[in-house]
Amino acid sequence: MNLTGAQILWECLVREGVDTVFGYPGGAILPAYDALLQYPIRHVLVRHEQGAAHMADGYARASGRVGVAVATSGPGATNLTTGIATAMMDSIPTVFITGQVPSKVLGTDAFQETDVTGITLPITKHNVLVTEAKDVAHSVREAFAIARHGRPGPVLVDICKDAQQAQTEFVWPETIELPGDKQVPMVRWEDLAKAAELIAQAQRPLILAGQGVMRSGASAVLQAYAEKTDTPVALTLLGLGGFPASHPLCLGMMGMHGEAYVNTAIQEADLLLAFGMRFDDRVTGKLATYAQHSKKIHVEIDPSEIGKNVPVDVGIVGDLRGVIEALLPHVPSKRHEAWRIRILGGQNETRTRDIVHQPDNGHLYAAHVMHDLWTATEGGAVVVTDVGQHQMWEAQYYRHEKPRTLITSGGLGTMGFALPAAIGAKMARPDAEVWVIAGDGGFQMTQCELATLQQEKLDIKIAVVNNGYLGMVRQWQEFFYDKRYASTPMLSPDFVKLAEAYGIAGHRVTTRAEIASTVQAVRASGEPALIDFRVEKEEAVYPMVPAGADLHAMIRRPATEEGVTA
Amino acid sequence: MKHTLVARVLDEPGVLNRVASLFRRRAFNIDSLTVGHSEASGVSRMTIVVDTRRTPAALVAENLRKLVPVLDVEDVTHRPTVSRDLALVRVRCAPGERSQMADLVAIFRGKIVDVAPESVIVEVTGDEGKVDGLVDLLRERGILEMVRTGKVALVRGSKADVKTRAADMDQPTSGNGAQPTV
Repeated sequence: MNLTGAQILWECLVREGVDTVFGYPGGAILPAYDALLQYPIRHVLVRHEQGAAHMADGYARASGRVGVAVATSGPGATNLTTGIATAMMDSIPTVFITGQVPSKVLGTDAFQETDVTGITLPITKHNVLVTEAKDVAHSVREAFAIARHGRPGPVLVDICKDAQQAQTEFVWPETIELPGDKQVPMVRWEDLAKAAELIAQAQRPLILAGQGVMRSGASAVLQAYAEKTDTPVALTLLGLGGFPASHPLCLGMMGMHGEAYVNTAIQEADLLLAFGMRFDDRVTGKLATYAQHSKKIHVEIDPSEIGKNVPVDVGIVGDLRGVIEALLPHVPSKRHEAWRIRILGGQNETRTRDIVHQPDNGHLYAAHVMHDLWTATEGGAVVVTDVGQHQMWEAQYYRHEKPRTLITSGGLGTMGFALPAAIGAKMARPDAEVWVIAGDGGFQMTQCELATLQQEKLDIKIAVVNNGYLGMVRQWQEFFYDKRYASTPMLSPDFVKLAEAYGIAGHRVTTRAEIASTVQAVRASGEPALIDFRVEKEEAVYPMVPAGADLHAMIRRPATEEGVTA
Repeated sequence: MKHTLVARVLDEPGVLNRVASLFRRRAFNIDSLTVGHSEASGVSRMTIVVDTRRTPAALVAENLRKLVPVLDVEDVTHRPTVSRDLALVRVRCAPGERSQMADLVAIFRGKIVDVAPESVIVEVTGDEGKVDGLVDLLRERGILEMVRTGKVALVRGSKADVKTRAADMDQPTSGNGAQPTV
């Protein structure tokens, strides 16, 4: 069967199970767009290619399927890069298709020519330039295989315009073999045995669970393990939802803005079980003083992560679910009463400082917004957050019970992520209740995608946590730069009117009493809506481990009189 | 500490760029990197000498293995190997000094491969220590220009005992090695 390279591209995507792509047309990708009309794939026209990349990313995070974004050469491709780097840092399976100038003029600085495989080399798992139609099928097939394989990630396929136009015989490669030894290696018995021995000896064990729990579908077996061995579970930001927040063994988030008792537990543990996480600097603090008293078992699918930041006693390379399943029969049923009581003491102490337990003093705190949003949505929403203070408050106060209910940019910390990622998430899971939570700064970076949201008629609710500052940067300036607020006070548009300009209902909330009723009203509307929460301007996220400081050297919220009595 | 890694890679455009980019962005220090054809068509062989004071060789190797065109990586540092470096050195040499120069070079089993009125080109091959030794002596006479290939290496003995990572693994357990559900 002879087809054009463009047709072959879509033939392959259909066979890979792709139902939706996010993109923006242009000269070098036009043949592909023309051919797309023949295929059963929904194309979402974005307003900026960065939005397309985040949508593909959000789609993948919400569903576990590969997200796909399409852009033209030159500026189309360069606009994707922030989104590609975001997907790379968080290991999100995505495929990016870009048009490239015709192969005959490659390297001549042709109109809208950019060395896209060169630019994206360090921010993709792999990329490839396709100059001939005959290479399209294999390259696209390989791209999907690589994006999904092992530790997932973004793959970019840059296809020359003439390769899209030329005809060739289409042969679907039924199987694809990646070069070399790319199989996830078999787990070694001796490593499992050594891990089981450390587990049997431990008195103060602690699980550090990361995004790998979601990626490998390990939630159930993780819970079984935690319960059998009576081991508390601390979560990374991207691990939230991997273990139910309501579970008695769930401690919540660790790290820079983790609760004090979680970080204290890490420092006091005698065994850390790092499950599908990578000891990022935001979770370890200063490495030299990190978890000095513990043995460490690291289960991770990417061998280059084992021993990268933190030396470990046992490193097991493998798929997390498989490894825990293999380990479970060999670990003893145990109770760690004293250890749990010790942690509980810290939990109780924290509660007295917790802003959520302070009485309504007429101010609207972002933490209250998160807490009341959690209760109003019965904890059942898919929450897509941007980056900054609101992201940390969400992580602290919206309690996630299930995997893939929090979608957020962790590694790269990309402001502007939330709205487009939520659009991708909603398209992947149309039945889910999807909430965007964004700050006033980050929201303005990609607010143009409100038009995309309306064009696709998506019922997404948006909470703008508006404090008139780039809040997290302001917080750093407050703590570490003597309150010199260089370029952090920020003028924003009237978000209610902005929403209305896009045909989206806008609401404003200025007191705590209005939160629940407004949230319930927009939930009942069945329409997209934006709520502008005018929160306290100079509030800080507590606790905080200053960058590079000891994990136990936390800046705590001052315990107030109201707090102690609450 | 210096480690010698041998990587077999697909001979395709950009593969050297991928390896170099990896070393740059991970701040791995390369002492030398050579690349050339191997025994198999379509497969190139890289010999990479890395400074492992900051990053262990095993981590460098695992990062290399993640690159799609990299077929396999072996750390041959502690294995018996034949390793060679080739140098071409243009050294000052007056006509009257040529036989003395030839004697010196011969001690290192090198050759004079070109002669000009006031200089010669010396070729020497050997392990890096030997080449360093001759280069130090030539430096006293005035080196005008020099090029060195960097180290290339083969493990001694028959090829069959080249270990791969897969072959290094013990008996598999059940339920592992599975693809993640993505």
